[in-house]
Amino acid sequence: MSGKHKTPMLDELEKGPWPSFVTEIKKASKTSSMPNMADDELGQVEKSYRTKRGYWKHGGIVGVLGYGGGVIGRYSSLPEEFPGVAHFHTVRLNQPSGFFYTAEALKMICDIWDKYGSGMTNVHGSTGDLVLLGTTTEHLETIFAEYSSRGWDLGSSGSAMRTPSCCVGQARCEWSNINSMDICNELTQHFQDQMHRPSFPYKFKIKVSGCACDCVAAIARADCSIIGTWKGNIQIDQAEVKKYADAGMDIQKEIIEMCPTNCMSYKNSQIKIADAECNRCMHCIAKMTKALRPGKEKGATILIGSKAPIVVGSLLSWVVVPFIKCEAPYTELTEMIEKIIEWWDDNAKPRERIGELIEVKGMRPFLEAIGVPPQPQQVFEPRKDPFFFWSEGDLERK
Amino acid sequence: MALPKRQTDIGPPHYEKFLPPVIKKNYGKWKYHEVLTPGTMVHVAESGDKIFTVRAASPRILSTATIREISELAEKYCDGYLRFTTRNNIEFLLSDESKMKPLLAELKEKKYSVGGIGPRVSNIIHTQGWVHCHSACTDASGIVKAVMDELHDYFTTKELPNKVRLAVACCVNMCGAVHCSDIAVVAVHRKPPVVDHAMVTKSCEIPTTIGSCPTAAIRPNPKDKSITINEERCMYCGNCFTVCPPINIHNPEEDGVAIVVGGKIGSLRTDPKFSKLAIPFIYNDPPRWPKVVDAIKNILETYAKHAKKHERVGEWIERIGWESFFKLTGIQFTFQHIDDFTFMRDTLRTSAAFKY
Repeated sequence: MSGKHKTPMLDELEKGPWPSFVTEIKKASKTSSMPNMADDELGQVEKSYRTKRGYWKHGGIVGVLGYGGGVIGRYSSLPEEFPGVAHFHTVRLNQPSGFFYTAEALKMICDIWDKYGSGMTNVHGSTGDLVLLGTTTEHLETIFAEYSSRGWDLGSSGSAMRTPSCCVGQARCEWSNINSMDICNELTQHFQDQMHRPSFPYKFKIKVSGCACDCVAAIARADCSIIGTWKGNIQIDQAEVKKYADAGMDIQKEIIEMCPTNCMSYKNSQIKIADAECNRCMHCIAKMTKALRPGKEKGATILIGSKAPIVVGSLLSWVVVPFIKCEAPYTELTEMIEKIIEWWDDNAKPRERIGELIEVKGMRPFLEAIGVPPQPQQVFEPRKDPFFFWSEGDLERK
Repeated sequence: MALPKRQTDIGPPHYEKFLPPVIKKNYGKWKYHEVLTPGTMVHVAESGDKIFTVRAASPRILSTATIREISELAEKYCDGYLRFTTRNNIEFLLSDESKMKPLLAELKEKKYSVGGIGPRVSNIIHTQGWVHCHSACTDASGIVKAVMDELHDYFTTKELPNKVRLAVACCVNMCGAVHCSDIAVVAVHRKPPVVDHAMVTKSCEIPTTIGSCPTAAIRPNPKDKSITINEERCMYCGNCFTVCPPINIHNPEEDGVAIVVGGKIGSLRTDPKFSKLAIPFIYNDPPRWPKVVDAIKNILETYAKHAKKHERVGEWIERIGWESFFKLTGIQFTFQHIDDFTFMRDTLRTSAAFKY
């Protein structure tokens, strides 16, 4: 049955040097035990290319027993024309921290997916799960039993704690101030119930980056962004500084003059840093990785609230806790996140993200609820207008 | 056939199971790394141990056949260890340097694109599009393929002033960090939705639907047991369609994409930034969206020509000023560029100092 639709527009996208998703969908129809799925997927997408519109219905509620998330229902609006994708549900497999795999594990995942699904995947979905694209309702329990019995659980979906994700961290990066992979793994384990049984006002995402380079884009797309940082002086290896200069780096122009706080100077092949002025942006460290290293007291900044623009504009996360120690078993961090979620869960309307709730209620009630004092690190600048609230407790008489 | 015994709430397998021995041994003790070529790098530990990485492109939609193929390559050259990056590239992890050359040769023979490390274009973060999403008003995978075919040299070889992070979102929900990318495509609607009143009565909760509208353009319509849309207030976000599908926002003739620029994630040199509007609209033109490809290439190459070393797109634009950006790129400035929504106060100019 393979190749039953003519797909001239999609075939065009098999040409050219970049790997082609069309080729991938075609390959999926060759290995899946249900070749109709990828075939009809191609047919439906070709139709979308012709008519410039999609043919998927809103997600329906499907899942596995005892879970309220991890599977997203997807149905074609043209089930008679494309019966292979009449049901085309997504299964989210929770990825291991840092997206590390062995060939053996990946092949196991593929064998099961070819048997019970379309053979198409996303490695990975936007949130971080390994996404299995396209199966039918009757296969869901089997798929879950096959994967979970081999140690692989479903990720999350809906109004729940979403699958946490992280950067490569200390596994292969010299800049990581925190063990982002371990923190991600521990938080994922801690919040299993909240991930699999949606009971929140809306989605809640946690992402962990080891430094301010933020390779997992935590600051832009996580309700709770955990970003590694340090206190204390940047460690300098002056011999390596000289080697960069000898190799042709214009240290004055590329490093000193690009420092946002002007806290660096360069004289006689030596770098000096006024560390009290440094805002730890990572520019110099990232460009001179052999010569400069973060300071020794490590921790994380917790920022809260980022989301995409729906519906009154995008938010970047706001600094809430400037510095928190992050050592296993991460009790302080976990307790702080629990307090943050509790306040949001108690106060938010349905479909209100935590950033939006803070905009409505103000930062003060939030900070008070989680027990964090006001600190200048939380703002770019203090307020500009003279309209501010006083609580009874603020009105100390002399 | 009896099913194997299911387990619940076990979470993901522990990451340690998938780490190469050299990583386990040197975990948290890496000293520095060097980019060897646009697609290879070496990380060196305090102990002197090394791990070599070879990065290859992926279309993100992967067949099981391709996953098996890369798994077999990992078995042949990397003792079975591999990973994926946060931008969906494949990374082969080699503890034996001598295996790098034959791996690269086999990747070349199998037509993999190797690159994406350092100051260049990496893989494009993108959404599901027409392939798998009800909300999509363009096809993300198709635009990505068309753009990356054109920008392929910027992935495999050519250098830029700094890394350039591209993204494509197939609607304004923007799954992925499209709103903070150097150059990004976001699909947009331009007409208010069309309401199927009978279906709204049957399948929607009226108060939730009214509450979903950020501009209060939706009112109750008791006569039809439905809602009414004040079309002048509608800004086509589609949030009502998300909570109530019979309010159809899709309009194939009027939907298309906008291009936004200048966002970033990292705090290096300057704070993280949102992307801002460069081009308000380009029609959907599958399969290759030639005008979208040309527009992105124009912005990228204007940046490459004018930015200082290490400046990201947004930093370059802030240094020269947006008025200079529009002049240098030849992009027309329109009413759509002037914010009349949430960020209006922050974006109107309150200074007599500017350029022509």
